[in-house]
Amino acid sequence: MKGWCIWILQKSKSLGTADKLSFLKTSTKAVQLGVGQDPTGALSIPIYQTATFCHPCFGESTGYDYSRSGNPTRRILETGIARLDGGAGGFAYASGMAALTNLLLLFKQGDHLIVTEDLYGGTFRLLDKIFSQYGLAATFVDTSDSELVALAIKDETKAILLETPTNPLLKVADIGKISAMAREKGLLTIVDNTFMTPYLQRPLSMGADLVVYSATKFLAGHNDVVAGLIVAKSEELAERIYFLQNSVGAVLGPQDSWLVIRGMKTLGVRLDRQTENAQTIAGWLAGHKAVRRVFYPGLETHPGHLLLKEQARGFGAVVSFELLDKSAAEQILNKVKLISFAESLGGVETLITFPAYQTHADIDPLERERLGINDRLLRLSVGIEDVDDLLADLEQALIGEEVYV
Amino acid sequence: MKFGTRILHTGNEIEQTTGAVSIPVFHASTFKQNKVDEFGPYEYARSGNPTRDALEAIIAKLEGGAGGFAFSSGMAAISSVLLLFSPGDHIVVCEDVYGGTYRVLTGLFNRLGMEVTFVDFTDPAKIKAALRRNTKAVYAETPSNPLLKITDLRAVSAIAKENGLLSMVDNTFLTPYLQRPIELGIDIVIHSATKYLGGHSDLLAGLVVAADKQTAGRINYIQSSFGAVLGPQDCWLLMRGIKTLKARMDMHQNGARKLAEWLSQCPEVKEVYFPGLPDHPGKKIHDSQADGPGGIVSFRMQSEEMTKRLLENVKLSALAVSLGAVESIISYPVTMSHAGMHPDHRARTGVTGELIRLSVGLEDPGDLIEDLAAAISK
Repeated sequence: MKGWCIWILQKSKSLGTADKLSFLKTSTKAVQLGVGQDPTGALSIPIYQTATFCHPCFGESTGYDYSRSGNPTRRILETGIARLDGGAGGFAYASGMAALTNLLLLFKQGDHLIVTEDLYGGTFRLLDKIFSQYGLAATFVDTSDSELVALAIKDETKAILLETPTNPLLKVADIGKISAMAREKGLLTIVDNTFMTPYLQRPLSMGADLVVYSATKFLAGHNDVVAGLIVAKSEELAERIYFLQNSVGAVLGPQDSWLVIRGMKTLGVRLDRQTENAQTIAGWLAGHKAVRRVFYPGLETHPGHLLLKEQARGFGAVVSFELLDKSAAEQILNKVKLISFAESLGGVETLITFPAYQTHADIDPLERERLGINDRLLRLSVGIEDVDDLLADLEQALIGEEVYV
Repeated sequence: MKFGTRILHTGNEIEQTTGAVSIPVFHASTFKQNKVDEFGPYEYARSGNPTRDALEAIIAKLEGGAGGFAFSSGMAAISSVLLLFSPGDHIVVCEDVYGGTYRVLTGLFNRLGMEVTFVDFTDPAKIKAALRRNTKAVYAETPSNPLLKITDLRAVSAIAKENGLLSMVDNTFLTPYLQRPIELGIDIVIHSATKYLGGHSDLLAGLVVAADKQTAGRINYIQSSFGAVLGPQDCWLLMRGIKTLKARMDMHQNGARKLAEWLSQCPEVKEVYFPGLPDHPGKKIHDSQADGPGGIVSFRMQSEEMTKRLLENVKLSALAVSLGAVESIISYPVTMSHAGMHPDHRARTGVTGELIRLSVGLEDPGDLIEDLAAAISK
């Protein structure tokens, strides 16, 4: 019993060692997740499928008591994402929405938030239908215009929640400028970095306080797990988030934590390929007669192109495009063969989504129309297939549409 | 159909397309749609996953409710149910509630404007006296944690119905095998399925069952919006655990009864709390609403020093948080399960330094008794 006890204690200490990897590039840190962290030397960290942990003796703990409060597999993911984003603490949740809900629980009745107007429909629903009844108010503004953000600040404002690039219209907000303004006014800046991941964009290094992810998307990258992550820049915020994570208990299970870690090891190679494919497809779509507009920040005509070039190291792999009419949109969805018509994004397989009917169905139709999320808009999440095959699939799906032009 | 058969033949035990007798683990986060105006049964795994669906149907059937819901932990289940309420709403909660539930009510939902009164639920008159104009729900745990106090669920349901309130019961300690609150008129049943339902200390999970369709619809909305859902691997493990629920519970109870009887004879033990003992104050009510006493025995030693000595010397039972597993787990509520509770509240409800909670596992009861005897006499 004694030998076992010492071994476990040493192990838990080694897991908490200071960051020796801080000088490495993001993709290298991602590959190294969990390596050298297990006392057996296992290169892939074990899945600790356990609810509770035995205390070596009365009054002593291994550092792990109950998996809701801390699980070794989940902790590798949590310390890993914190390291990638340059934060003091990372936290893993059962879904992206569970992560966002936990963030929103930082606030109380009477508080006010400024939120990006064309953000993910699930976040909108959470704010508009659930948190509004707890007295948490939100003003939705076009955050690609920093002036509009400044104008929306009220006495009760506590935070600015940015999605950049936005979903689905890929508008770009100036993270540095907005977070500087927020800090001056004593507000928190929270960035949903799902579309970029720390490989392409690191909001904490630009002044943001918190980063949130649907890790289901690019971080895990294989359409095989639902997960959410939060990274807090300061120790103080990390402690507050930990209290909420442990109290509400919307934590990520060990198997799913392991799958996210496994996915993150290929983050760099996947995103390089996805971004390259997305750029090619966006250019191709921009030249197609049936397409009215293409929304991709990698195109020089995109209004956020220069800003994103400055604050991120790539333009990501989500391309939205508006067709000339609704029937063309429906035809594409029904005719694509290689590309799957499904909700979600960020995986190795290319997906196509109809935002007005799927991801953004919870937003009022008039408001959707105003934002540009109309029934002619489609969102592509570009995968790692050979781009020629993707273009051929889109082309065959669009055939017949050109006669209407 | 008897319960022992029902847990194995719920109608959701076979995967229809291949005939697999174990439901596959569907890891897919999203589901391909064939037509733009004709969505399939599944779109996105947060809103619905076939593995989770099978589990949710099983628990709804076992509890006799209209809808079941699986969450990433018992606390995620409880927090999701509490999101049914609005600022200014008041709920009445049993005073010796699980420490984590107490913490979320007093440390978090209070900031959102929810009000709570903790009262002794063994006396229905006290529940009635605590009702206010803005009371929206009553929340019970029976047997309670850790003192195994018994609440009359028929009385709670009657109070709720008379006053237009939702009645909620945490049924973690007994599972639907031993107690089915919905049959007694309760509206919402909650489980930390980490415990007896999972049964192997190898997963975290929470389950909720709503008695009627309307409440089920509201919980479904919260589950999908808040997204604290249970992952597919854990859903599968939980279904696997539920298959042996009856066999395990029968043995847990048998062992717990022997331990409780033995502890009652121990001069070093001041008091034993177990609803299967003839002198337990809630026994009559418990027997009228449950099919067995469950597998948890709490006991109070003569002194705190003796308590610590026992905990330091016990060998077979793992000193750990949690309960309801195949392995015996011994825990010290004051610093473990109920650490989140205010010290005054702990003292008032009897969660003090002499109290030990034993979750009796499937080991031979003789071995457990021998181990405890040795630890006590050290």
